[in-house]
Amino acid sequence: MLGKTSPTTAESGEALRRRWRLGEKLIESWIFLAGILTIVVLLGIIALLLKEGLPAFWYTSPWEFLFGTKWYPVSEPPTFGITSFFVATLWVTLVATAISVPIGVACAAYLAEVAPAKVRETVKPIIEILAGIPSVVMGFIGLMLLSPLVQSAFNLNTGLCGLTAGIMLSLMSLPIIISVSEDALRAVPDDFREASYALGATKWETIRHVCIPGALSGITAAVMLGVGRAIGETMTVLMIAGGALAVPVSPTDPMMPMTAAIASGIGNAVRGGLQYQALFAIGLILFVITLAVNLIADRVLERQKRKFAR
Amino acid sequence: MVVVLVVTIIALGGGGGSSINIIGSNTVTPLSSVWAEEFMKTHPDVSIAVSGPGSGVGIAALINGTADICQASRKIKQSEIDQAEVNGVEPYEIQVATDALSVVVHPSNPVSELTIAQLSAIYTGQITNWNEVGGNDVEIVAIARDTNSGTHVFFKEHVVQMKGLTTEDKSLEYGGDVLMLPSTEEGVSQVASNPNAIFYPGLGYVTEEVKPLAIKQMADSTGVLPSVQTALDGTYPIARPLLFYTDGEPSDVIKDFIDYCLSSEGQDKVIEVGYVPLE
Repeated sequence: MLGKTSPTTAESGEALRRRWRLGEKLIESWIFLAGILTIVVLLGIIALLLKEGLPAFWYTSPWEFLFGTKWYPVSEPPTFGITSFFVATLWVTLVATAISVPIGVACAAYLAEVAPAKVRETVKPIIEILAGIPSVVMGFIGLMLLSPLVQSAFNLNTGLCGLTAGIMLSLMSLPIIISVSEDALRAVPDDFREASYALGATKWETIRHVCIPGALSGITAAVMLGVGRAIGETMTVLMIAGGALAVPVSPTDPMMPMTAAIASGIGNAVRGGLQYQALFAIGLILFVITLAVNLIADRVLERQKRKFAR
Repeated sequence: MVVVLVVTIIALGGGGGSSINIIGSNTVTPLSSVWAEEFMKTHPDVSIAVSGPGSGVGIAALINGTADICQASRKIKQSEIDQAEVNGVEPYEIQVATDALSVVVHPSNPVSELTIAQLSAIYTGQITNWNEVGGNDVEIVAIARDTNSGTHVFFKEHVVQMKGLTTEDKSLEYGGDVLMLPSTEEGVSQVASNPNAIFYPGLGYVTEEVKPLAIKQMADSTGVLPSVQTALDGTYPIARPLLFYTDGEPSDVIKDFIDYCLSSEGQDKVIEVGYVPLE
């Protein structure tokens, strides 16, 4: 091949191409490695959680661990039962979701469909700043401003309760829900809207029956991200959820969600000790919960997509 | 850039500067901070870092080798000593001050004294209304520290389980409705803003905004208010030692620092911060 063409230019061209190909290979493998790395890290986290957390179930049976209501890690002998933490996480997440989803989606619909470009361009960055407020600051605001309000509004004994924590968490998941839903709504092609208007639909009917269903996959993803934030948030709930060990029967009870239980106990847990293992087991269960949330979301999304295809 | 880095390393390593890392009790933190500041004024080449996540955290840090001094508001447990031995750490105990563990309520609360048994009943959830101990007809909001805290453990042993009394019962635990808060400051600020709340901070954390209760050992003994005097003369029932733990007997800078803490100058600071000096 080399012999037939003019030697100098062909050779340099070939070399250039080869170098080009080499560069491409390098970049390709780098991207591949980056992709693999996240999976490796994820597998590493799972392995660590299993290694440190599973031994807890040799001391306390999984049934007792999940459905026990007594958590006395520093007593002799210690007792580990996490029902109250689990129920607390459910309450706090429920309150946060119930507040943040309707407000968040409505706000996103306003920004994407109704607001003039100028308003959207000023409001959206401001909302995104809200996402950047550190959780300890949110906890402080909840402690100083919100908890006295909740206490007097609901005539409670103490304002440190799941409701207060849920409200603060909803403020923290709002920016995520608004930002991601708004992007999803804006991704709905204008053809859809024009077709809807052409059929005589009003703006509200277009939003309600065309834009929101069209962006539903994105909105579901937004809601799931918001729920994930609420489940995983630690500092705020540690500061304002109250930290009581009883199983909370109402959101206005003081409670200790799973993340707060881990954070308030891990500091004095000696590595490899029983309490340490039990806290890792809680982490393992939290991980399983978020995994389940994501899987369910995936299912819902797929079904929704199939409905659209028809 | 490289030159700057090298200079920094030489300055850090060769300048004779040394650092002491103090981790542990939230109760001891205000005291250690004052000591550290004063000590660093006279020893500008020493840097001391104080953090107070809780006695349990400090002891765990000493065992794991990440603390030079562990400050604690409770004694080290046998299980922790065993764990330390496994890691080749030999905890050495030094008492640096005394604390009168105070029980505080909102200033508007008419209750002014409680027995240990009543406190135990409040914190186990058997007494839930202030009118059962002579107060108004409102529910009690019992506030405690979380399990990281030495105060949590000390209060559980000496008050909830009534250690040393005839009614001592080691099976008693904090009730499920007790609020477990991550810091002493938060507990005090809750009591200051909630007329129904009760909490147990160290004497150094008692402010004008809360009212300390007189504590009665038994129903027929006289109530004693927490103070430097009552802790020193031994009449206050829930006084406790504030401790430093080091790995083996302290030496070098750590010894200098602890000697300063125990000196009359250091002990004067104890009174300033609000705790009880050794003598």
